[in-house]
Amino acid sequence: MIDVNREGEVWVFAEQHGGVLEETPVELMSKARHLADTLKVKLAVVLLGDGVKELCTPLIQYGADKVYLVEHPLLGAFQTNSYAKVILDLIEKHKPQIVLCGATVAGRDLAPRVASAAKAGLTADCTDLQIGNHKIGKSGETHENLLFQIRPAFGGNIIATIINYDRWPQMATVREGVMPMPEPDVNHHGVIVTETVKLAQDDLPIEILQEHKRAKKVDLKAARLIVAGGAGVGSKENFKLIWDLANCLGAAPAATRPAVDLGFIDHDHQVGQTGTTVRPSLYIAVGISGAIQHQAGMAQSQKIVAINSDPDAPIFGIAHYKIVGDLNEVVPSMIRAIKEKGIKD
Amino acid sequence: MAYHCVVLAKQVPDTQRITGQVMNDDGTVNRSALPAIFNPEDLNALELALQIKDRFGGRVTVVTMGLPGATRILRDSLYRGADDAILVTDRRCAASDTLATSYILSRAVKKLEADIVLCGRQAIDGDTAQVGPQLAEKLDLTQITYVEALEELEDRQITVRRNIGNGWQQVKTSLPVLLTVTGEANAPRVAAAKQLMKQKKARTRLEVAQEIQEINPDAVEAEREELTASRCATLESQDLLIKHWDLDDLEADLTWCGRNGSPTKVHRIQSVVLAAKESKDVEPTEEGITDMIHELIQDKIIA
Repeated sequence: MIDVNREGEVWVFAEQHGGVLEETPVELMSKARHLADTLKVKLAVVLLGDGVKELCTPLIQYGADKVYLVEHPLLGAFQTNSYAKVILDLIEKHKPQIVLCGATVAGRDLAPRVASAAKAGLTADCTDLQIGNHKIGKSGETHENLLFQIRPAFGGNIIATIINYDRWPQMATVREGVMPMPEPDVNHHGVIVTETVKLAQDDLPIEILQEHKRAKKVDLKAARLIVAGGAGVGSKENFKLIWDLANCLGAAPAATRPAVDLGFIDHDHQVGQTGTTVRPSLYIAVGISGAIQHQAGMAQSQKIVAINSDPDAPIFGIAHYKIVGDLNEVVPSMIRAIKEKGIKD
Repeated sequence: MAYHCVVLAKQVPDTQRITGQVMNDDGTVNRSALPAIFNPEDLNALELALQIKDRFGGRVTVVTMGLPGATRILRDSLYRGADDAILVTDRRCAASDTLATSYILSRAVKKLEADIVLCGRQAIDGDTAQVGPQLAEKLDLTQITYVEALEELEDRQITVRRNIGNGWQQVKTSLPVLLTVTGEANAPRVAAAKQLMKQKKARTRLEVAQEIQEINPDAVEAEREELTASRCATLESQDLLIKHWDLDDLEADLTWCGRNGSPTKVHRIQSVVLAAKESKDVEPTEEGITDMIHELIQDKIIA
């Protein structure tokens, strides 16, 4: 645990595997930059690995004022214990006020271990971060410039803003895909601070015997157009309608969790709280009722078209274009209209 | 070689089935309007522990921290084959965040000499996935999160397969270890009729006291206490007394429990009201749809 330290930096854990930066921590760089500017402190990233120095340049271009670079042969592969030990030492040495990680599998594994050892507060899977003041009810005592850690809770039915005013650093993990990828700025300058650590084989209690990575079947996060189907599509055969509409638009096909659970399409295509969070220019929701868990993953789409036979379906509450009708008729009509480029006779 | 598996379980509101009636007008959740269930991935953790017991022998102990009502998931665990169940309940646990919860649970697990501690990956009310790793840190145990399958367990060496998001990893370590288990790991068994018959009378001391009070509303306190003590002694002799520990039993340092021990506080809660800024009704006709597509092209939403 470190004390409240108003001069402390804002930190982002620059998760990398095999010399490749994870996208989620990079996504949160522009938000972290904004937090640091608001607090008038430096934005630093913490980069651990073996032979990863070349990642410093892109990290600085993404907005880091400082890179704490820790290289060690035993940091070559991510392991909870060794990484937690190094980050904890750095926290105690430099006393940052905010420490952020991507809510990746590694981030969600590492951050709680670090927070527990630091006896610091940690909020998981944030979808937004802000700086604000908190007034304590009875005493009226105000804590200024705290990190507002904003996240959905209770299955996505509420949005909670969590704060941590007495035991720092203020820690949070940030959900994948909720913040836009920043553009690198080649004119941004930063310094590299090389840190040395002592690690022994004992700090790596796990032996990684095998690792298999597979490419995702679809990159929903990068898709500008998405056509998604829900349980209302009815069958795997009928899900062809979703593929057809997606193909003629050059869109990515997606689905709700019920549609995935029913086997209509692979889990890689799932949008929502337990799937991918997307923010395309156009989201066409076909036969999707719009459970809050699904909305949590797509409500930030620029335009939403909803097709459902039930006029009371919750999806209509967030749709820009509402089509109450039979998807088996509406979707083919849409395909025809798109093929004719929507130009009227 | 037999192993002692300790499973951490949580009773949670069934957030998958939330309807409008569950939300209060001020945007908070009316928890009492939701059914309380066994956190789904904790059932996968319990199943994995029971499979370890089936294959290698040993014991399975289930621990939950919660209100006395959480005893229901402990009995459910016993029906499914757990050997022991422990309720950690104390008013001073209220308002614990994940850090305080992991501290309190660590005090309980320390009393149990576990070889393998198993938790669900995350609970469906908070979805934080933090208590497992925090508990591992407090107990100074190696943690393996997102476990999908147990592959080998021999000579106190364990090999598991874990999900790493875009693939999987096979990892090996020595016991003791803490695992967090995902929903993909297995299909939890249901209650066994034999266990159900045997364990349906299992009670905590709190439940016994309450039942005694209901049966003897007019008895004086001393008499009720005596009846409770004697009933508990009988249950204990039959191995049917569900242990109940409070923070004193755990010799917990109150600095790290409940609200005091929780660095995170709630600043604000808002209900989710998602609404489109402007919306149009589109007729499900060729003309209506063509107009819409035309507009989307004009707005450069689609090329």
